[in-house]
Amino acid sequence: MEILIVLGLPLLGALLLALFGARRFAAELNAGMSFATLVAAAFLVLRVLRHGSLLTLHEQFFVDSFNVFLVALTAFVGFTTALFSRPYMRIEEQRGRLSPQRLRLYHSMYQLFMGAMFLALLTNNMGLLWVAMEAATLSTVLLVSLYRTRASLEAAWKYFILCGVGIAQALFGTILLYFAAEHVLGRDGMTALLWTHLNAVKGQLEPRVLGLAFVFLLVGYGTKVGLAPLHNWLPDAHAEGPTPVSAVLSGLLLNVALYAVIRCKVLVEGSIGSYLPGRMLMTFGLLSAVVGAFFLWRQRDIKRLFAYSSIEHMGIITFAFGIGGPIANFAALLHMTVHSLTKSSIFFTAGHASQTAHTQQMDGIRGLAGISPTIGWGLMLGSLAILGMPPFGVFASEFLILTTAMREHPWTTPFLLVALGVAFAAIFRKVQPMVFGESDAPPLAHSPALVPVFIHLAIVLTLGIYMPFAMAEWFRAAARLIG
Amino acid sequence: MPHSHHWIVPSLNLLASLLLLISFAMLSRRRTQRLITLFAWQGAILFTSTCLVGYSSGHKELYYSAALTLMLKVIALPWILHRLIQRLGAQWDSELLVNIPTTMLVGLVLVIFAFGLAQPISLMATTITRNTIGIALAVIFLAFLMMITRRKAVTQVIGFLAMENGLFFAATSATYGMPMVIELGIALDLLVGFFILGIFFFQIREQFDSLDLSHLEALKEE
Repeated sequence: MEILIVLGLPLLGALLLALFGARRFAAELNAGMSFATLVAAAFLVLRVLRHGSLLTLHEQFFVDSFNVFLVALTAFVGFTTALFSRPYMRIEEQRGRLSPQRLRLYHSMYQLFMGAMFLALLTNNMGLLWVAMEAATLSTVLLVSLYRTRASLEAAWKYFILCGVGIAQALFGTILLYFAAEHVLGRDGMTALLWTHLNAVKGQLEPRVLGLAFVFLLVGYGTKVGLAPLHNWLPDAHAEGPTPVSAVLSGLLLNVALYAVIRCKVLVEGSIGSYLPGRMLMTFGLLSAVVGAFFLWRQRDIKRLFAYSSIEHMGIITFAFGIGGPIANFAALLHMTVHSLTKSSIFFTAGHASQTAHTQQMDGIRGLAGISPTIGWGLMLGSLAILGMPPFGVFASEFLILTTAMREHPWTTPFLLVALGVAFAAIFRKVQPMVFGESDAPPLAHSPALVPVFIHLAIVLTLGIYMPFAMAEWFRAAARLIG
Repeated sequence: MPHSHHWIVPSLNLLASLLLLISFAMLSRRRTQRLITLFAWQGAILFTSTCLVGYSSGHKELYYSAALTLMLKVIALPWILHRLIQRLGAQWDSELLVNIPTTMLVGLVLVIFAFGLAQPISLMATTITRNTIGIALAVIFLAFLMMITRRKAVTQVIGFLAMENGLFFAATSATYGMPMVIELGIALDLLVGFFILGIFFFQIREQFDSLDLSHLEALKEE
């Protein structure tokens, strides 16, 4: 029941906002619907924590501790982003960059996007997972090109074509998966695409076909995770789309795509009984971390900078899932959480920072701490958190990943250290003058909603200092599921 | 119920080879109108072969997906594409990144690669169409090649749709098609995606006065 509400509310929201999205109260309605979804998700979490995993509606939906944690995270960041977007989009409208009609499209698609992500997370059907991932792409394409500038059209086109090709590979992978499963489970009863059934018989699935399927699935969904060398769409889409969209792309969509990869990995690893899938994840992850870190040096646009930082962090998370085992998986899940919270809060402040300075070029943004201490310090603290400074939660998860890597695959440690070091130097060098320089720009017309920023950072800080027992238990259970 | 006539397998193989032939023809064509016609032919072949497979295997839901193919890929999409390029005036795709003979050679290599890749799957398959899995994979790769070597937005989209044709063919040859719900979902995504592309064409032309994607090369790493 809770599942249907979690899925239904965003759809209802999309419908309502398609009708009323151009009115004054649209932003409030958007936030209200997101809040209702968050409440429904909280009930779902409680139920799963109390009664264990859940399989409903002809086994089409499946919730265990792994995906319910992502559902909670998605609903939470979805709600705070809606709060942030209220004053942000109002300022954009006042400056004439957006018309009420565009805002209607934006609000409606925002809800649709959330709905598609929830569907991808909750479904038990690997085919439906594909459909939902594609729907999530489609609903954000028009959001990336919302400003209709040349650069944003180019970014959206690139996003559409690259992710479209990627997702086509994933479809072929899904077909192969179905092909292998059909031999074991048969065609009747439509069980051959259900993850729970596949998981139960994974030892009997033909290893060669599943190995091939995994290559296609990894390349396909990996494109959406932003793994190098398939990451080309990501910086453009993040930089040219409106900031709330960058925040949910970075904070949520990448996680959901990675979730799809991990679900596939569990099946394939069980079938071929070797470490090959894990090794592939490690390679892709390490490459993305290093590539992302080195590209940070060359960035001039503040949103591009943090988009590359997302590539780096998704690389680290993918790498950790590749190592596998309870500790690395635990660290990866924790890193997913703290990265999502920190990165979205950074995008919130970066968005307001570029509104204050009237440019996204970092050379033009100066002295934020003087103009608006909340924006300036929010950006500074967010950057410190994402760079893995103690006592923030990112430090804890990166530390865990690093020590596990040192113990199990010592050769990877230098690469990780170089990536982390380069990222630190690059980001710190660029953020510092933006926060502390001199500037005479006037403050913003609408006071920015920076409460979400500090709530996110407070959670990240808390997770770094003290992790509640229940939460640690929850993460441990999820880590065990992934194996 | 399943029928087994001796003519079914050879004619399916014939249809599959026609599909491959059309993919090569698409690589060599420069007029957008021709490409659309070829795409519609590809859809028609898919429709026929899906019906044949449905008849011989006795899986009724294949008729539904065949009907979906007929409506979407043979009638609706080609018709909309024709209308679109007439309104946009984008009839020629003169800009090629790689010349046609080279593209053909690369295409040949891709076909060989696809057959090699499909070998283990074909050996395992129990469907009567198992020999055509390699062809399906080749169609996917050739469509991919077309997307890489062309510059016009419309041509890239036709390449994208042709790739989807290959995927559909792969699903029918390897497994007699995916479950109906999934097929419907895929068709819906395809339709919505196509709709968004249509909007895009107008936005791109409004901004650039052309559908040439070489304009879309401002965003690069310096």
